[in-house]
Amino acid sequence: MSHRVLIVDDEPNIVISLEYLIKKEGFEVAVATDGEAALQQAADFAPDLILLDVMMPKKSGFEVCQALRADPAQAAVKIIMLTARGRETEVAKGLALGADAYITKPFSTKELVLQIKSLLA
Amino acid sequence: MKAKLRFILAAGVLGLLMTGPFALTALLLFADAKEAERAAFAQFLVPRLPLGALMTLLGFIAGLALLRGLFQQYVHGLLRMAETLRLMLGANRNFRVAPEGPPEVRELGRAANDLAQQRDELLNDVDEQIRQAKASVEEEKNRLAALMSELAQGVVVCNLDGRILLYNSRARLQFTALAQGPTSMSGGALIGLGRSIFSILERGQITHSLETIQQRLARGSAEPTANFITSTRSGQLLRAQMAPVLRTGAGVATTANVDSPPPTPPAWQGGDNTGSQAAPAQGGLAAASMGAPLEVTGYVLTIENITRNFEREAERDQALQLLTDGNRAALANIRAAVETLIDTPDMEADYRERFTRVIADESAAMTERLEATMNRFADALKTRWPLEDVLGVDILAAAARRIEDRLQLLIKNEDQDTSLWVRVDSFALIQAITFLASRLQEHYSIRELRLRLVAEGKMVFVDLIWSGKVVSSETLYAWELEPMSVGAEISPLTLRDVIDRHGGEIWYQRDKAAHNAFFRIVLPAAIMSGVQAMDPVPHVRSESRPEYYDFDLFAARDAEGSGIDPERRLTDLAYSVFDTETTGLQPSNGDEIIQMGAVRIVNNRLLRQEIFDQLVDPVIPLKPEGIPIHGITEAMLNGQPRLDVVLPAFHEFCAETVLVAHNAAFDMRFFQLKEDSLGVRFTQPVLDTLLLSAVIHPNQESHGLESIAERLGINVIGRHTALGDAFVTGEVFLKMIPLLADMGIVTLRQALDAAQQTYFARIKY
Repeated sequence: MSHRVLIVDDEPNIVISLEYLIKKEGFEVAVATDGEAALQQAADFAPDLILLDVMMPKKSGFEVCQALRADPAQAAVKIIMLTARGRETEVAKGLALGADAYITKPFSTKELVLQIKSLLA
Repeated sequence: MKAKLRFILAAGVLGLLMTGPFALTALLLFADAKEAERAAFAQFLVPRLPLGALMTLLGFIAGLALLRGLFQQYVHGLLRMAETLRLMLGANRNFRVAPEGPPEVRELGRAANDLAQQRDELLNDVDEQIRQAKASVEEEKNRLAALMSELAQGVVVCNLDGRILLYNSRARLQFTALAQGPTSMSGGALIGLGRSIFSILERGQITHSLETIQQRLARGSAEPTANFITSTRSGQLLRAQMAPVLRTGAGVATTANVDSPPPTPPAWQGGDNTGSQAAPAQGGLAAASMGAPLEVTGYVLTIENITRNFEREAERDQALQLLTDGNRAALANIRAAVETLIDTPDMEADYRERFTRVIADESAAMTERLEATMNRFADALKTRWPLEDVLGVDILAAAARRIEDRLQLLIKNEDQDTSLWVRVDSFALIQAITFLASRLQEHYSIRELRLRLVAEGKMVFVDLIWSGKVVSSETLYAWELEPMSVGAEISPLTLRDVIDRHGGEIWYQRDKAAHNAFFRIVLPAAIMSGVQAMDPVPHVRSESRPEYYDFDLFAARDAEGSGIDPERRLTDLAYSVFDTETTGLQPSNGDEIIQMGAVRIVNNRLLRQEIFDQLVDPVIPLKPEGIPIHGITEAMLNGQPRLDVVLPAFHEFCAETVLVAHNAAFDMRFFQLKEDSLGVRFTQPVLDTLLLSAVIHPNQESHGLESIAERLGINVIGRHTALGDAFVTGEVFLKMIPLLADMGIVTLRQALDAAQQTYFARIKY
């Protein structure tokens, strides 16, 4: 069975590429465009991995991450945080809150795919 | 008188000497002789007795004349000389003994004159030296004053009570510009000699900076200064640097360590400066025995308004942010699209078109953003929050003290790396830690908080750890965004502001294994040069700072303290001399104040710069008959603030001073009638120059301000404006103080009592 990936980002211009890429790799994809929708989708869609943008309306990526990690039902889900802010302290925060990887925009699509595969392996 | 008695005595003795031996011989012979011989002797002697008596008398007179001459020359001559010498000793230094009388007395006189000459030369020498010393002190003062007034930064010098001892015109300008609403009426007068700096700057901030300086001094830091940023009520940002003023005596210990000669005792330590002078000996001893701490007697604040700089800085930050982070997302979009396109040569046409549009749109948006950012960036200048390099454990120690002090919450140290330096605004950070502690105590009733300080790479973690209670992460998000408050102390900043200011982060984490939870504050580590991190560079005071010590400021006792002690001397008090112009003379019949003016007296000086001058809209129409007197027209009062704004401002201006006015009962009656409606009470003592004049000159007919001024030789100009009259009243009052002292009225209480007893005190409005 194929893995499920949830893409959480409010920018359609990145979602289009991410969606295309990940589908191409044979994963099932769902998209959420804000923090609250992300939590909803996480429950409904039951993804194996979440690509989580930090800067989003309603709930930030940090909040979504923390909420997911506090939920035992979601313990297994892998989280890759994507952010357009490259401060070291933010990276530390993301990892401390339970993200498995933290990727700063812009990123190489190849590396992203590799990262996703290695986490799901 | 004594000399005269002695002369009479001497004359008596002379008389006895001349008659005594003769009479005694005659008596002895007479006693020895037989009966017949006695008869013959008497027969021979008696008829010749008058001749003998005559001769004796003549001899006695000659002796008396001789005796008198000697007395005149030696006894009276010496007495006269003694008087002259006394004169030379006291009243007239230039007087000299006139050489007269016998040679011995002349010689004595000459010797006394020579002595006096020698003394005069010595005294002149001392006077000359004093004069020179004074002149150089004066010159230094003037040089310093000139220097201060030229400075582009505001300078304020305070003693440890926070009383302003000195300020320059720049500081005044800055604070005047800051003043908003009512305070602007006093021309920014909240800065003034003897006033409290805490009316302008936050007390906690000042105290904290002083503590920081003390810590640095204790560590022997070469630069024991502290910086802070503060925002005023009007939202302006001030950057202040605080430098301590150290006691010279206490500096001996440290300066001795570096082989420099001990400084000479400062001249200003003499005199009647009690109170604040009691501690130094102790401080000096402590410093000598431990090699620290130096005693701080006050501080110099250099103040700069950086509101505009800060706005520019914020703009610049934003520009930078737009250029970097703002483009990250766009770049990511483009890159992802491009890479997908390259990796998928056989992409469907409609997808290909969508990807291409993404690239076109994003690159166009990036170009636009770059353009806009560069335009704004061009005029943004570089200024930073003054983050300081501080030893991490110092911050935690200070925070722990504050928390224990404010919240009575037990604080424990856990795993604190004592070598870590952080770059922080220490006041804000300690506020933030205290705020978090108070929230935890309030909402989760924690009984103990542990503080941890660890490093990871270029980051320093400050952890606030507690056991048991679990906090939801939403709670922290909510706390981050509310203004920090601990008890009644409310900061304009939010926790998020403080974190952002440091380029830091904060989050909530649980350590399930250890059964505890913590807030982690991440701060950038300070990059310390080896020398600084090592410390202690001995602090060589004598070389590293200008000599402020010739100012007599720190000897001044706290000008007011909490209240006004009626036992204080009139010469030592601070006064607000004021006057009002009114629509008429009957406050109880609806007359209103239309103008208020006041001037301060501090240290026996009328401070013509520290004034209050304000027209007041009386809300009722002016009486035409009053206009020629006060010269104030309806037009002038249009748009002026009303008394409900002006009186509280005036109240603030007069805080902690004795009020002085001419016919004060009249003005006070106006204030009294407004007490309840405006909620402003003037509780300080009031001195009335009218009553004091009646005390000093009870027999004069007129105690009008003009008559008194004339009597006391004061030029009256600008009368019948409130401020003009306040000036005249102030000068009159200053002249009265010595006159009252001549009558034994020295203290405030004595002056109040005397005034009350005069006839005029019975007049009621």
